[in-house]
Amino acid sequence: MKSFEYVITDPVGIHARPAGILVKEIKKYASTVTVAKGEKSVNALKLMALMGMGIKQGDTVKVTVDGADEDTAFAAIQDFFKNNF
Amino acid sequence: MISIQGKGVSTGVAMGPLYYYQRAKSTIRRYEVADAEAEWNRFKAAQAKAIEQLGALADKAREEAGDDAAMLFETHQMMAEDMDYEEAIEGLIKESLLNAEAAVTDTAAQFADMFAQMDDSYMQARAADVKDVSGRIIGILTGVVQGGIDSPVPVILAADDLAPSETVQLDKSKILGFVTEGGSGSSHTAILARTMGIPAIIGVGDQLKPEYEGREVIVDGSTGAVIVDADESTRSLLMAKREEQLKRQKLLEELKGKENITRDGQKIKVFCNIGNPEDVPVVLSNDGGGIGLFRSEFLYLNCSDYPTEDYQFEAYKKVLSDMGDKEVVIRTLDIGADKQIDYFELPKEENPAMGNRALRICLNRPEIFKTQLRALYRASAYGHLGIMFPMVTSVWEVKEARKMCELVKKELTQEGKPFADDVQIGIMIETPAAAVMSDRLAKLVDFFSCGTNDLTQYTLACDRQNNDLGRFFNPHHPAVLRLLKMVCDNAHKNGVWVGICGELGADLDLTETFLSIGIDELSVSPRAVLPLRQKIREVTVSEVKEKVLGDLFSDENTI
Repeated sequence: MKSFEYVITDPVGIHARPAGILVKEIKKYASTVTVAKGEKSVNALKLMALMGMGIKQGDTVKVTVDGADEDTAFAAIQDFFKNNF
Repeated sequence: MISIQGKGVSTGVAMGPLYYYQRAKSTIRRYEVADAEAEWNRFKAAQAKAIEQLGALADKAREEAGDDAAMLFETHQMMAEDMDYEEAIEGLIKESLLNAEAAVTDTAAQFADMFAQMDDSYMQARAADVKDVSGRIIGILTGVVQGGIDSPVPVILAADDLAPSETVQLDKSKILGFVTEGGSGSSHTAILARTMGIPAIIGVGDQLKPEYEGREVIVDGSTGAVIVDADESTRSLLMAKREEQLKRQKLLEELKGKENITRDGQKIKVFCNIGNPEDVPVVLSNDGGGIGLFRSEFLYLNCSDYPTEDYQFEAYKKVLSDMGDKEVVIRTLDIGADKQIDYFELPKEENPAMGNRALRICLNRPEIFKTQLRALYRASAYGHLGIMFPMVTSVWEVKEARKMCELVKKELTQEGKPFADDVQIGIMIETPAAAVMSDRLAKLVDFFSCGTNDLTQYTLACDRQNNDLGRFFNPHHPAVLRLLKMVCDNAHKNGVWVGICGELGADLDLTETFLSIGIDELSVSPRAVLPLRQKIREVTVSEVKEKVLGDLFSDENTI
C-alpha cells in the first residue's frame, strides 16, 4: 500500500470531467485507489461519491493505492493528480 | 415590441420564430414486482442500452464539437454505471421489490439532492446530469421516444432548461438560438451552445410566455436581450450586428488552422499584440500563432509601487504556460513619454517622446531593470520566451542590456532557480538610428521587431498625437518603408528574424510590401489575425515583388 498527499490547485476542485478521466485511468490497474479528505474517504472508482465529497481548490487529499500493481499505478495516479487537479 | 432581459451565455445574434421544446412527458407508475431478479435484469438491459446510446452521442459530439464535448457523455456513461448508483437501484428492486422505473426515479432524486445541496454552483449544476442520465434509462424502460423539434423552418428554441442529451440530439439545422427560463452559465446548454457557436440566453424566468410561440424573436447573446416582435429600427440594428458576426464566423471557420502562406508558398508568422495576461484566450480563439508583443507596462500601471519580482514572475509565467509551445515575446518596461507612472517620479519633460523613457530608464535605474529580467528569466522555464528591449538607438545600449541578462542568469544559476537556455533576445526598431545601425545591431540579437508608430513619428519628425499633423504623419511614406527594407536586408544577412509589431502590421494595403521585403512575422491585434491571413493567402509574391520594391525607389512615388 502506497499513499501520497496532494493539495488541489484546480479552481473547480475535483469536477466531473477529470474525475471521469480518473476513473478510466484507475481501470487500467488492478489496484484499488482511495481518495480521502479528513475523515471521509471513497473508492475513486465511484464517480458520484468522489464528486460528492466536494473537494475544492486548496483542499488536501490523501490518495492511497493498494494492490498487486501498486508501484506502477502509484506513479501514474500521482502524475494524473498533478496534471488534472 | 416586447423586450425581455436574460443572461447571455453564448454570443451571436439570431432571428426566427419562437418554438417551445416538445418534451415527451411520462408519468412514472410505481408498483410491487413479483420477480425481483427479472426486474433487475430489465434494469440492467435498459442501463446497457443507455450506455450504448451515450457512446453514440459521445461520438456525435466529438465529431461536431471536439473531445471536450464528448467527455460530457462519457462522464454520463460512468454515472449510469456508477457503483453506488447501481447498488441503490439494486437495493430498491431486490429488497423493496420496487419496479425499475420507480427505483431509478427515487435513486436519481437522492443523488441529484446530494449535488443540489453542495455549496458549490458547479456541483449543484451536476444534479442535472444525474437527472438526465436517469431520464434516459427511464425513457428506455417505458419505451418513450425522446422529444424534439417539429418545425419546417429553423427556430429560436425555448425551454425551461435543456438536458445535455436533449441539446445534442436536436437537429441543429433547425435551431438559430436558445432561450431558457432557468439554467446557469455552467449548465450544459450554455457550454454546448458556446462550443457550437449558437447564441444562448438563460434565466429569462416567466418573462417569456408560451403565448409568444410562433412570433418573431430576436436574441442577442452578447447582451442577453430577447426581443419579441422587434420594431423596424431595433431589428435593422440587430440584423447589422448579426451580419458582421456571421461574416467573422465564416472567416474564422474557413481560415482556422490554415497556414499563413502566399499562393507561391512564402510563409509568414502572424502573431498577436497583447497588454494583459487575460488577453491570451482571445489570441488562441483567433488562431494567433504566438505573441509578438506583450507589453509589460500593465504590471506597472496596475500597481501603486514597483511590482515585485514574484508578482511579475506569476504574470509572465501565466502567459507563457497558457500559450504552451508557442512563442511569446515580452517587451521590457516601456514607459515615459505618453505612459507616465506616478511612483517612478519622473520629472516633467519638455519633449517626452525624446526623453527619459523605455530602455533608457532601465539602463539609468538598473535595479528596476534587474527585477524585471529576473522575473522574465524565471518565467522562461514555462514556455518559449523572447525578451525585447524598446527604444534602442545605439550598440552600447544593447551590450549593456545583454550584460544585465548575463548577470541575472548567473545569479539564478547560483540560486538554483531554473530558466530556459533558449531565451531569444531582440530589440525594437523604432528609431531611425536603430534602422540605420541595424547591420551592427543584428550581430547582437536574435530578432528585430519594428514599432512602426514610433518609427514613423521619429523618421518624419511628426508627432503622432497631434491631430493637426494628420496628413504629414504617413506611415506609408517611402522613407519609413525603405528603412524597413534596409532593416530586413541587414537582419537576414546575419540570420536574424524581423517582425512588425506596430499598427502597420495589420494594414492590408501593405501586406504585399511586407511580404516582398521579406518580413518574417507580423504581430497584430488578435481580431486582425484572420483577415490578415486571408489577405496573405491571396498574394503571389513573385508577381508583385518587382513592382512593390520598385515603387519604394520610383520617381512616380509622389508621397
